[in-house]
Amino acid sequence: MATTADHFQAHPEDHSHHDHDHKPAFFARWFMSTNHKDIGTMYLIFAIFAGIVGGLFSGMMRVELAEPGIQYLDTFATWFGAVNPDFNSTLHTWNVLITAHGLIMVFFMVMPAIIGGFGNWFVPLMIGAPDMAFPRMNNVSFWLTFFGFISLLFSAFVPGGTGNGAGTGWTVYAPLSTSGSPGPAVDFGIFALHLAGAGSITGAINFITTILNMRAPGMTLHKMPLFVWSVLVTAFLLLLSLPVLAAAITMLLTDRNFGTTFFDASGGGDPVLYQHLFWFFGHPEVYIMILPGFGIISQIVSTFSKKPVFGYLGMAYAMVAIGVVGFIVWAHHMYATGLSVNTKMYFTAATMVIAVPTGVKIFSWIATMWGGSIEFKSPMVWAIGFIFLFTVGGVTGVVLANGGVDDVLHDTYYVVAHFHYVLSLGAVTALFAGFYYWFPKMSGRMHSEFLSHVHFWVFFVGVNMIFFPMHFLGLQGMPRRYPDYADAYTQWNHVATIGYMVMAASLVVWFINIIYAFTAGKRAADNYWGEGATTLEWTLSSPPPFHQFETLPVIGETAHH
Amino acid sequence: MSAGRASSNRKVALMAASAAVAMLGLGFASVPLYRIFCQVTGFGGTTQRVDEARAATVQDSGRTMSVRFDANVERGMPWEFKPLQRTDTVTIGGRDMALFWAKNTSDKTIVGTASFNVEPEQAARYFNKVQCFCFTEQTLKPGEEVRMPVLYYIDPAILNDVNNKDVEQITLSYTFHVTSVSDGDAGGKALDQAGTGG
Repeated sequence: MATTADHFQAHPEDHSHHDHDHKPAFFARWFMSTNHKDIGTMYLIFAIFAGIVGGLFSGMMRVELAEPGIQYLDTFATWFGAVNPDFNSTLHTWNVLITAHGLIMVFFMVMPAIIGGFGNWFVPLMIGAPDMAFPRMNNVSFWLTFFGFISLLFSAFVPGGTGNGAGTGWTVYAPLSTSGSPGPAVDFGIFALHLAGAGSITGAINFITTILNMRAPGMTLHKMPLFVWSVLVTAFLLLLSLPVLAAAITMLLTDRNFGTTFFDASGGGDPVLYQHLFWFFGHPEVYIMILPGFGIISQIVSTFSKKPVFGYLGMAYAMVAIGVVGFIVWAHHMYATGLSVNTKMYFTAATMVIAVPTGVKIFSWIATMWGGSIEFKSPMVWAIGFIFLFTVGGVTGVVLANGGVDDVLHDTYYVVAHFHYVLSLGAVTALFAGFYYWFPKMSGRMHSEFLSHVHFWVFFVGVNMIFFPMHFLGLQGMPRRYPDYADAYTQWNHVATIGYMVMAASLVVWFINIIYAFTAGKRAADNYWGEGATTLEWTLSSPPPFHQFETLPVIGETAHH
Repeated sequence: MSAGRASSNRKVALMAASAAVAMLGLGFASVPLYRIFCQVTGFGGTTQRVDEARAATVQDSGRTMSVRFDANVERGMPWEFKPLQRTDTVTIGGRDMALFWAKNTSDKTIVGTASFNVEPEQAARYFNKVQCFCFTEQTLKPGEEVRMPVLYYIDPAILNDVNNKDVEQITLSYTFHVTSVSDGDAGGKALDQAGTGG
């Protein structure tokens, strides 16, 4: 490995001495952090915490849905500060639960974990950079996201119309979110989205600059690991879609508070315009949540097949294609708003086109494994689980892409099953795969392979028990977003609730595994996965030094991804 | 190199930030753009508005179509509002007049504005209004009644549009919204915005 004479000065205050592991004191290190690895760790811990909160909300919903009728909602209403809630504010609590669950899981669990956490940790390591391009802005991004979460939690305890909390759904559609929700709760919810959105936009600018400008000598764009490619595409999606959401929810705010009528027909506005704006953001958003997962899975499948990824360029540009096409399919979320037949035909066709680059990725992962020397270590098991579960979610996505079919299935549990297969089972499985792949690199301690496998199998059974029956419920016509249902739907709802308990038990195994790693885990070697792991983070110690690559690595002609 | 790297970083970040600001601007610009788009294409059932000169050039096609009329008020608005004819059979290309009737049942002077659209949506671009009470605000004093005309014609081009092949009836729908409310028959300044979410 050749060296360059230049030292990159991301930390002018630190560079006068060459003590690699000199760390600031606790407060300065964690609250004023400018170190990409520390900020990545903070994002991961934050995401785990937010995920527990969002997961508890879904647990409350599953308990209520275990049987027909309203059993626990009035109790939950009192938790949000209601005194003797009447029937309407009890039902409002349901809306608060679905809203909080959706917003938390999207903005404060998946995005912070997969972009803020793994992105921050491994993008600089994989491209041979000493840190992110703008370390201080990186810190700002984290704290914006953090206070966005606080604002969202706070909103649950202030009046939101019928009861406490914002009960608008994660989509915050007008007019429910404007004239339908007096009280400050929805304002705090919108403020939370503003903060988290601003944090993500600054984060995206940081990633784009880092990846375009700070690659080590010889690390051309076409040699970058696929995880870095995935974060680059994701950052562009964030950069171009989040400002549209910011504009839309700012107009919601002025409609709510300053008498404008952007989305109010009485003043010449149109509520459907809000839906167009929201989904112009919202559809790229679903790729924002899954693309970095694609990147993680590519690294893992390649590592444990001990082969470079099959069709590297095709894999990279498939992600670019998914990102580009993702911007022109938004109205497939709006088939039920009265679109004309021609409009539906276009959005159906455009949506189905996305299955092509997605298929390229699935088949390339399988082709990578084909003929490989496969090792079923914990990350690989999770990765294969991801490929299976994401494919199931993708297939139901192609079903729903049909405008005519969607007229029947719109707002039924079939849709809930579909997007949980790609997110709750897809993105989250990719997160766990990445967690087991990199946890020893981040912590310096090996986790238990046995517990990781137990975690996988229990989780796999649990989530499939929750969400697979929802396909049946949806096809039978059970609508989403209701706390009650007809008796005919009891059986599969009961199964789903038991599945939730199984899934929750798997998380206990996960926590035990983390405790095991920190107390009894073996010290991790530099490259604990062996010959298949070829990216730059494996050339460093585990955990990597506080400042790495003060001498930039040089990537030779033969090095592969 | 370090100084060069830093300034190059700033350049990339600035370009990225400009893209974000441009998308933010596009988000707000979507409001007028969407309105223009709807007006031009008839998207969402937006009817066309034409002046007398243009309307005078339209040829009567000799074919007929049924037009149905629908009238609503927004929730809580103390007006009665209904069409004086439920349906009309009109010649396509021929100018026709429909009458609507409204009454203020409250003891306050209320200014209202009507929003409108037609079903099926693909017929909207051929539905032309020459005069309509929905073009302006309507003020009704307490207990006042009014008959309001709509002067319209259906563009004969609809006969050549494959998407409108099956259309036998067009529904023209209005909904009145409260614009302002004032006390008694003074008709003075608006006191509060009743009913609307504002």
